[in-house]
Amino acid sequence: MNGTIRELLAKFGGLPVPASEITDEADLYAAGLSSFASVQLMLGLEESFDMEFPDNLLNRKSFASIAAIEQTVRMILDDRKVA
Amino acid sequence: MNMSVRVSPLELNARATRVAVVAARHADLVDSEGRFPHEAVAAMKSEQLLGIQIPRSLGGEEASTAEIAEICTILGQACASSAMVFAMHQIKTSSLVEHGADSVWHAGFMRRVAGEQLLLASATTEGGIGGNMRNSICAIAVDGDTCRLEKDATVISYGAHADAILITSRAHENAAPSDQVMTVFLKDQYALERTQVWNTLGMRGTCSDGFLFKGEAPAEQIFPKPFAEIAAQSMLASSHLLWSGVWYGISADAVARAQAFVRAAARKTPGTMPPGALRLAEVSSLLQMVKSNVIAGLKAYADAKDDPDRLSSMAFSVAMNNVKIASSETILTIINHAMLICGIMGYKNGTPYSLGRHLRDAHSAQLMISNDRILANTSTMLLIHKQDTSLLG
Repeated sequence: MNGTIRELLAKFGGLPVPASEITDEADLYAAGLSSFASVQLMLGLEESFDMEFPDNLLNRKSFASIAAIEQTVRMILDDRKVA
Repeated sequence: MNMSVRVSPLELNARATRVAVVAARHADLVDSEGRFPHEAVAAMKSEQLLGIQIPRSLGGEEASTAEIAEICTILGQACASSAMVFAMHQIKTSSLVEHGADSVWHAGFMRRVAGEQLLLASATTEGGIGGNMRNSICAIAVDGDTCRLEKDATVISYGAHADAILITSRAHENAAPSDQVMTVFLKDQYALERTQVWNTLGMRGTCSDGFLFKGEAPAEQIFPKPFAEIAAQSMLASSHLLWSGVWYGISADAVARAQAFVRAAARKTPGTMPPGALRLAEVSSLLQMVKSNVIAGLKAYADAKDDPDRLSSMAFSVAMNNVKIASSETILTIINHAMLICGIMGYKNGTPYSLGRHLRDAHSAQLMISNDRILANTSTMLLIHKQDTSLLG
């Protein structure tokens, strides 16, 4: 999953530095992730993992870092398994 | 002995109304001369309105955003420029209240704002950023305990009249344009060189000149939280809501003038319906829509205020953006309607029904943070966020 997120970040993030240089914990907004790019990234994640982000997870915290994204996506996929 | 007594909204409104009387008396001159509303701001200070949002423990009155919006409306009916100065000061104060309480320096500064009734200005706009205040070109330089900043600030509303300026910049020399901080500089810590003069269609008294800002201050005056958080969690909501309070006030006064015109006609010709009466009914409905919109926004903010996740959610951003779009667009329709009702008496300056100033002032609403930018932002969010379809939720 981490690899897919990084691929999507490289594709849609529009960051001034290569995605490979960003640590899992680094603040993506501070690294230059714009709100437009973050939405493109979210759409890419929805498409790749065949899921939808519920509105209560659409906040800055859920997408603040690669680790946070991974946690958010995992939570949604796990919830689906239970349901 | 520290006797902190909750001030009633009625008492706040009475103080605001006394300021509005002063503001109204000078409104036409402030407008025609494009000068700062000194008298109204002096009245705000003497009525102690500049510190009302600050916590009681720091000498303020802990007024809520709704109470402050109501004051914006009261002042907006008298002089839009004075009301906007008050609103912008309170937006800056909200950054201090929401994001500065844990910092010793900022808490001490809040005590000064309340005690000395200091007027706060904002410098978020910069030449070259294309109007996007979430980007900066300039960077603050921290050298030991001191910070220095130079900024080509193309707009600093009432910059020449403020007691302090809250200014954004990149967090350090190598920071990305969106990695910003906000810093408080006191009047004696900066120099302003005027680069542009505010000669505008309306809102002429805000004196939003452009300046080259050069400041040096203790580094502890930098807000401890990133500006991105401040912008998302307090500035977005307080700007759209307090501005909307001002705009509602401008349009409410226009409707009051139109109603006075219709009533005067009705009294002169008993038994017949004056020509503008039907339009007055129409405009009354539009005005109520703007009012409901602002009230709903204030409620949404009050409900979300203590939950940082909710404040930074898309649902909340969309809701606040929508408040701004709807109120800024609808007030123009309302004032235009009021002018159709008053006819030439509304078009002419210097009559009891004059609406030229209202119309010109109201035209700023769509431009201060361009509605196109806001709509683009909302449209991006709506690619992923699902529109709230509930009535009360």
